[in-house]
Formats: sequence, C-alpha cells, structure tokens
Amino acid sequence: MTISGTISGTSSMNRVVLDPTNERRATTVERVGRPESLRGLTVGLLDISKARGDVFIDRLEERLSEMGADVKRYKKPTFTKPAPVDLRHEISINCQVVIEALAD
Amino acid sequence: MALPDLPDGLVVIVKRECETCRMVVPVIEQLNNGSLPVTVYVQDDPAFPESLAPIHDADLSISWHYDIETVPTVLRIENGVEVARTVGWVRDEWQRVTGQSDLGPNLSAFRPGCGSLSVDPDLVDELRVRFGATTLSARRVDIAEAEDEFEAMFDRGWTDGLPVIPPTEQRVMRMLTGTTRQPTDVVAIVPPDLVEITVEKVAINAVMAGCKPEYLPWVIAGLEAVCNDTFNIHGVLATTMPVGPVIVCNGPGTRAIGMNSGMNVFGQGNRANLTIGRAIQLIIRNIGGGRPGEVDRATHGNPGKISFCFAEDELGSPWSTLAESRGLSRSTDAVTVFPGEGPRCVVDQLARDPESLTNTFAACLRTLHNPKSVLAFDAIVVMGPEHARVYAEAGWDRDRVLEEIHARLQIPGSELIRGAGGIAEGVPERLNGITLPKFRPGGLLLVHAGGGAGLFSAIIGGWANGDVGSQPVTKEVLP
Repeated sequence: MTISGTISGTSSMNRVVLDPTNERRATTVERVGRPESLRGLTVGLLDISKARGDVFIDRLEERLSEMGADVKRYKKPTFTKPAPVDLRHEISINCQVVIEALAD
Repeated sequence: MALPDLPDGLVVIVKRECETCRMVVPVIEQLNNGSLPVTVYVQDDPAFPESLAPIHDADLSISWHYDIETVPTVLRIENGVEVARTVGWVRDEWQRVTGQSDLGPNLSAFRPGCGSLSVDPDLVDELRVRFGATTLSARRVDIAEAEDEFEAMFDRGWTDGLPVIPPTEQRVMRMLTGTTRQPTDVVAIVPPDLVEITVEKVAINAVMAGCKPEYLPWVIAGLEAVCNDTFNIHGVLATTMPVGPVIVCNGPGTRAIGMNSGMNVFGQGNRANLTIGRAIQLIIRNIGGGRPGEVDRATHGNPGKISFCFAEDELGSPWSTLAESRGLSRSTDAVTVFPGEGPRCVVDQLARDPESLTNTFAACLRTLHNPKSVLAFDAIVVMGPEHARVYAEAGWDRDRVLEEIHARLQIPGSELIRGAGGIAEGVPERLNGITLPKFRPGGLLLVHAGGGAGLFSAIIGGWANGDVGSQPVTKEVLP
C-alpha cells in the first residue's frame, strides 16, 4: 500500500485492550460493633420466604425474646430476588441487630 | 474528532492508482481555470496531479471524515458546508455540481470511479480507531510485551474458562459497526451488582466472546431481555439449581447471520449460536460481577451456562413461530429468554399418530424435576422435524399440540402428596383429592428445531416460575 507510513503501529496497538469489567471499586463499610447483650435491643428477623424458613425463625424469636430482645419480623416477597430497598431501609431504622435466615 | 474544515469552492479527492482519476486530470485543470477555487486532495502519491498543487491526505482524515467511498469525488463547499457531491466521472453530474459546462469534451460521458483508500479493507479497521477510538471511554489495559495476551485474559479473571479474543480498540470499533446505537447508550442494569452497561461495554464483551459485528444487536436484545425484574437474571444466576439463560432466536435475521436451527442445533459448530449466548454470560460475569462460587451458587450448573442459544427452524415448521405465539410478527427479529437447564432427549420412533406421540411427551414431561413436582416449573418442548411431521399430517396446530399435552398432565393429588409412591417429596396432604396440572397455563413453550433425521425431540426444564421466580421474556432485535 503506497501510503506514507502514517498508518502503522498495529502491532503495538494490539498490546492494549479495553477493560471489559464495570471498573468499579468495591466500597467497604465498617461493621457495627457486636453488642455485649441483646437485652433491650430491637432484633429484626428477616424471613427470605423459602419453605419452612418460618419454622426456624419462630424458634429464633422464642429464644431471643427469652433473652430480653425486642423482636420484629420481616419477610421478603420472594427468595429469588433481593430484598426491596424500602424493606431494607425499614429494617435499618427500626433495628439495631438483624438476622437473615435461610432454610431449605 | 471534529470534522476538519474544507475550503470553499470545489474540492476534488483523487488517487494516482485510479485510472479514472488520471483520466479526469484535464477536467480538473479546466475547472481550475474557472471562477471557483479548486482544491485537490490526493490519497496516495503526494505529487499527483503535479499541475494542481495537491494536498496530501496523508492520514486519510479528509477522506474518512467526509465519507469518501469512491475516487474521484467532487464536493462543492459553500460557507464551509458541503452543498453538492458527485463520484466517479459522469459529465452531467460534474457540470451540475461545478456549475460549469463543456467539461471534458474529449472524454466519454461516463466512467465509474475506484474505491477510496479510506474504505480499503486493509486500512479501515485502523482508520476507525484513529478517528473514532477517542469516543471509547473504557479503561485501557496494557499487556506487557512478555505476557501472552490470551493468558493475560485468564489472569485478569475475565473469561468463562475458555480463551477469549483480546478486546483491542480495533476489534471493539469494528464490533460497534454492528449497531446504530451510540457507544455511550445505556443498554441495561446488570445484576447482581446492578451496574449500568453501555453499548461500548457490550461490544467489548462481544468481541471477547467471539461475536461478529452483525451479532451485536442480538446480544443487546438478549441482554435487555434478561436484565429486568420479570426474567430476574439475579435469581437465575444465584440459584442452587442448574439453570442459565436459554436464548431462542426468531425472525429472518437468524438466517442472515447464519444461526443454526437444524442438525446439532444445541451442539458445537455454529459461531452465532455459541457466541451470542456466551457474550451475555460474559457480561453477567464481567459487568454484573456474577461469578460461580460467589453469587452464582449452582449445585451442578450445566454446560449451557457457557452459552445456550439457538434459532427456531421457521422455514421447515408446520406451525407459527415461538415469537409469533408471544405477540410478534413473523418478519420481526426477536429473542425469547427462558431460565433453562440442559436439554434432554425424547425418543419415540414408533408413533405415527398424534395421540400416541402426545402420550410420550406427557409421560416424559411428567418426570421433569420430580414426577411429583407440579406447577412450580415451566418447560420448552423443542420438537424435532420428524415428530412435528406426525402432528402436521394430522392437522394439529401449535395450540392443539400444547392443549393435548396439558390434558394428559392433569394429575390426581393422591399421586402427588408427600409419601405417595414411597417418595417423601410431594405436595401437602391437604391437596389429596384435588387434581393438579403439571404445568401452569402458558407454562409450556413449543419450538420447532433440530435435524431432519431422527424421531426425537428435546425438553428444556425451567426454574421457579411466575412472579416469585422468572418469566420468559421476548424482545425485538433492533439494528
């Protein structure tokens, strides 16, 4: 091709590729410290809606109440999807501790 | 890059290699003696034509930006704007564009031009990068000289376990020619990390998967189809069950891009089938962050989670197409996505009447997931041509086939309750005495595909269905 050498450099260009990822950096969130006791704290119990999860969570509620915790129950509409943002917000403002239970 | 300015008057783009360009030199000289200023740009030999003091379009910037496909091209520029153009040599056209008469009196009235260097297949990829890559915003990743570029893709965690094509700027720019959409357009929000994906990032992953540019609209449509609450790719990915997105393609475009709908339809050997599905899965991994062992919790998975994409055999089908059954026209290109496990074979080599064959389908479908499981899962029946012929000869249409299968899958609760048949799995005791259907209404999809020989069909089992799980989604494929 009689073109004046301006179109070149192909080999070095092949050593550069475009990033196929989302290029995001994960943000780290500090965990809340573990409480000394659950007495007087509000504990949220999130049922993810899998079969028989309620059996497990019922028992948890009993035990936690015996320990003096104030228990609130929550439930995801379906286990196949993430908890809706409004539900997550509600739990975050009402509870100091949350337990998400999976059963199968 | 901004459009380079052209001087007012007449602009002629030529190359010495082109005989027509050499032939019209006297005409350009004639124009140069007229009232409008004439500027000649030459693509190859900076000294051609000597008499006209040409400007060398050395990097083909003028030719590229003004979409010069043929030389010679004559442009008429007024106040910096192109107002007329002609290509090749057509005397009447040259006279119209230049406003001068009696041009090239000794020449024949017409001679076609030659291809512009700016569309030369050997150069076009590089020009696309030279003048267009600045529009790409993805981070550039350098591969060290000593690094094997294919190993580098593995090392960075970007592959599905098979080698990928390194997504260079050239390859990504070429991929982007497959769509009319802008690289910055947002296509979808990709689970599980819920990240917006642009056309550019789709193209990068499509390159890696091995797609050709003409597959890109299918990848985009497939991605749109899975990334929504209805299909729920988040759940399809995260589940312990072995499912992944199964992509059924319909429309004339499936044939235009060479998809397989026939022999070995689910198997190896067809680039479009294998790479369209693969691109979508790579995007779930690389953009969505959905990786096996992390959010993907599959107990077994299935080989189709690398790619499970095929076309319906529409031309050989006695029925309307899957996309038609979902409300689109036969001439529309479309993808339907389904959360499916691997296909299993239905063998019936003796059935010659539709009732007998339907009994076989019902018996095989009954066992899906568990013979005692009802209503929870959908399925696709992929009817082989030799089985479909049995129905066609009996005059059964798509709806009749599905109705007859459903009618044979009404199961007494006594067979389904927990413990029945010596199997603990089952429905609660209170459903004893009630008849339950294996599939919910609309829970069976019918597709015609496969090779012409073999009295076989296939079943693709689904995943948790309905609002609580995943619903099939059909999307039109747009250019």
